[in-house]
Amino acid sequence: MRIAAPVVAAILTLAVGSIFFASLGHDPLPTLYAFFVEPLNSMNGLSEWLLKASPLILIACGLAVGFRANVWNIGAEGQFTMGAVAASGVGLFWPNPESALLLPLMFVAGMGAGMAWAAIPAFLRARMNTNEILVTLMMTYIATLFLSYLVHGPWRDPAGFNYPQTALLPAAAMFGPFDPAYRLNPSIFITIVAVFLMWLFTDRSFLGYKMSVSGAAPLAARYAGFRESAAVWIGLLAGGAAAGVAGMAEAAGPLGQLSPQISPGYGFAAIIVAFIGRLNAFGIVLGGLLMSLLFLGGEGVQMTLGLPSALTRIFQGILLFFLLAADFFIFYRVRLVRPARDAHALETAR
Amino acid sequence: MHPRLELRNICKRYPGVIANDDVSLSIQPGEIHAVLGENGAGKSTLMKIIYGAAQADSGEIFCDGNPIAAHNPAMSRSLGIEMVYQHFALFESVSVVENIALSTSSAFHLPSLADKIRELSLRYGMPIDPHRQVHDLSVGERQRVEIVRCLLQAPKLLILDEPTSVLTPQAVVKLFETLRQLAAEGCSIVYISHKLDEVQELCDSATVLRNGKVTGTARPKETTSLELARMMVGSKLPEMHVSPSVPTEKPVLEVRNLSAKARDHFGVDLEDVSFAVHGGEIVGLAGVSGNGQAELIALLSGERTHEQSDAIRIGGTAAARLRPDERRKLGLAFVPEERLGRGAVPSHTLWENTVLTAHRFGTVRNGLVNRRKASGFAAGIIDRFKVKASGPGATAQSLSGGNLQKFIVGREIALAPKLLIVSQPTWGVDVGASAFIRQTILDLSRAGAAVLVVSEELDELFEICDRLLVICQGRVSPPLMRKTTDREEIGLLMTGRTMSKDTMASGSGDVALQD
Repeated sequence: MRIAAPVVAAILTLAVGSIFFASLGHDPLPTLYAFFVEPLNSMNGLSEWLLKASPLILIACGLAVGFRANVWNIGAEGQFTMGAVAASGVGLFWPNPESALLLPLMFVAGMGAGMAWAAIPAFLRARMNTNEILVTLMMTYIATLFLSYLVHGPWRDPAGFNYPQTALLPAAAMFGPFDPAYRLNPSIFITIVAVFLMWLFTDRSFLGYKMSVSGAAPLAARYAGFRESAAVWIGLLAGGAAAGVAGMAEAAGPLGQLSPQISPGYGFAAIIVAFIGRLNAFGIVLGGLLMSLLFLGGEGVQMTLGLPSALTRIFQGILLFFLLAADFFIFYRVRLVRPARDAHALETAR
Repeated sequence: MHPRLELRNICKRYPGVIANDDVSLSIQPGEIHAVLGENGAGKSTLMKIIYGAAQADSGEIFCDGNPIAAHNPAMSRSLGIEMVYQHFALFESVSVVENIALSTSSAFHLPSLADKIRELSLRYGMPIDPHRQVHDLSVGERQRVEIVRCLLQAPKLLILDEPTSVLTPQAVVKLFETLRQLAAEGCSIVYISHKLDEVQELCDSATVLRNGKVTGTARPKETTSLELARMMVGSKLPEMHVSPSVPTEKPVLEVRNLSAKARDHFGVDLEDVSFAVHGGEIVGLAGVSGNGQAELIALLSGERTHEQSDAIRIGGTAAARLRPDERRKLGLAFVPEERLGRGAVPSHTLWENTVLTAHRFGTVRNGLVNRRKASGFAAGIIDRFKVKASGPGATAQSLSGGNLQKFIVGREIALAPKLLIVSQPTWGVDVGASAFIRQTILDLSRAGAAVLVVSEELDELFEICDRLLVICQGRVSPPLMRKTTDREEIGLLMTGRTMSKDTMASGSGDVALQD
């Protein structure tokens, strides 16, 4: 049943989407085709599909580690941004721009920055019991504004005609694409490794076991002596690390430089991916591919049919809505209650 | 005259097990009818079918001569059938009166409902403050809420699932008066219990179940408890072998001048608690629930730590500031009162639940969980303790209460502890399994382990303990030798009558003081 819920949600999303298209004056079936099939008809489409799925899957894997322990990091967008900033900083300003160490250093910087950004809410939650949902969310806005400050100010490319963007990263600081015609690059291997690590951690490791106990039964975790603060730290740092690395891969991959808008909302969409994937490594891969297709299809119909760009977000929202609703109806039954009789019984009890 | 309730040929099958096989029984108005049986005998399933929470595969149910067609709990309640479950169905985050209001499914006025609760609970000798939060209540107090909730509906048939296991002897007497009074008013009562003496004292008739079948009906007052027990178990009862204890010279567990504030407003402060448990002996802690047991147990298990490091010593090591897993390294094993959610993770499988505490016994290697070892460990417990489960892959929540208890007790004993702390070891566990659990605890102690049993069942404490402590309002009495004390003395200590220098006057615990 838990696996059926995402399928039901996907079907309902398509149904509502069709109504949507019809209301905008487009024939639903061809539009759905243009949305979900056309993007994958070309080599470039497939490359873009995987390219966009990669950060979604990577971030969702990190987030799911925390979600399994009821640690709600919804600030992956900010951790992604900080990862991209730190990695780009290393790439732009490292003394030797041809060093072979450049990419590994950027990897470390991106991961470190993402973790550091997540460490702040972790510290606040573990020490002062603040709500990590609010803190991670607010930290996202700080990160976005920080990026904006950098690209408008100190890091702006002097030769960039005053556009708010940095200089291009040197070649040694970039993942070269597999084929120059397409954008897909080796950073996808990082995601594949992350999926395996996530599976190993959640399914096989003792630490992952402790985390799942913390999430499923906090009293049992306390009974066994598993530290709650450890679950908070690991949960947030795993999400931060994954998001930071995804930010690094984005900067060193398709972007090649920083600008005020570096993420089409990967950090938030990854939350949906994690839930569609049932917080399970394999499920997250499928969820990431689906969500990536929503991004691609949204862009596609925007260009070919002139549909609004908000469509992508709307589809994401509808999908999550139906997923949560499906979960709810799997675990609960709605029953109409007629009042009155018990009031009588209460009276007679006297 | 029609029987109040009549079951004809009820059958209920679950995958892999026949829970009820051709069960028939009938209960007259005003009759107190016992349903006896071991864990997994099908009592709970039968009760669920009567209440409408489960549907029979075949068979008929008649209420006052009318067949009940579409059966569900709402229908039951409109017919006047009420049930107190063994696992309580209360919302923890709201107060008693709000819980009860939620179950009335109609317009209500909270203040007047609270008055009714207070009045009714006092009348039936189980005072309860309607405005307390349920999560602050002990198991015994929660049960009172459940019973009062049913009584508010003025039931025609009341189903009680082991209602006395958390009451003092004096409170049991009062509950029985209540039940007899209810029966005299025409209410029929289905009474599920494994305490044969209670059934014999209270019940007019009894139906005995074994493996889902009716193995006999009896008039308990005219039948010996041995005969009843044989009908239940189907074979000779295991006998307890209590060999004399040879306590070690040095205590394994030493508590010295332990005082602690309650964690919340409704908890009980512990005041200057001191006692010791030696290797080779079993010490019992008696007391009515809500007198500080929860606080003391949390401090002993390490779920709560204490500033003063040497207030608790385990094997000579100052342990009060250690976490539960660090105390376990000193040889502690612990069976908590709540099985689901504390002693076991409900949604996890049994093998996963062995990893909870047995992670130093080969189930975890190099940071990875060894599934085969854990499964083997779980299978060993299932086998040795005769846990009725489909195997190590069954989830904890799929087991009946008694079976899960056997599993958790089995897991903790399999850790070969130097010190075992057990809270309510046989609560809701049937006769055969209780005897087995008690015997295992005895054997463990005679092999040199120190055992502290916290229980509200005096029979149990008297059966296995060498020394007895009584807790009342956060104070622990000096130890009493089992052989030189008796139920009366313990019962009085439990109600604070002889320790009451200033406790009675304080007035802070009139709920805890009731008897």
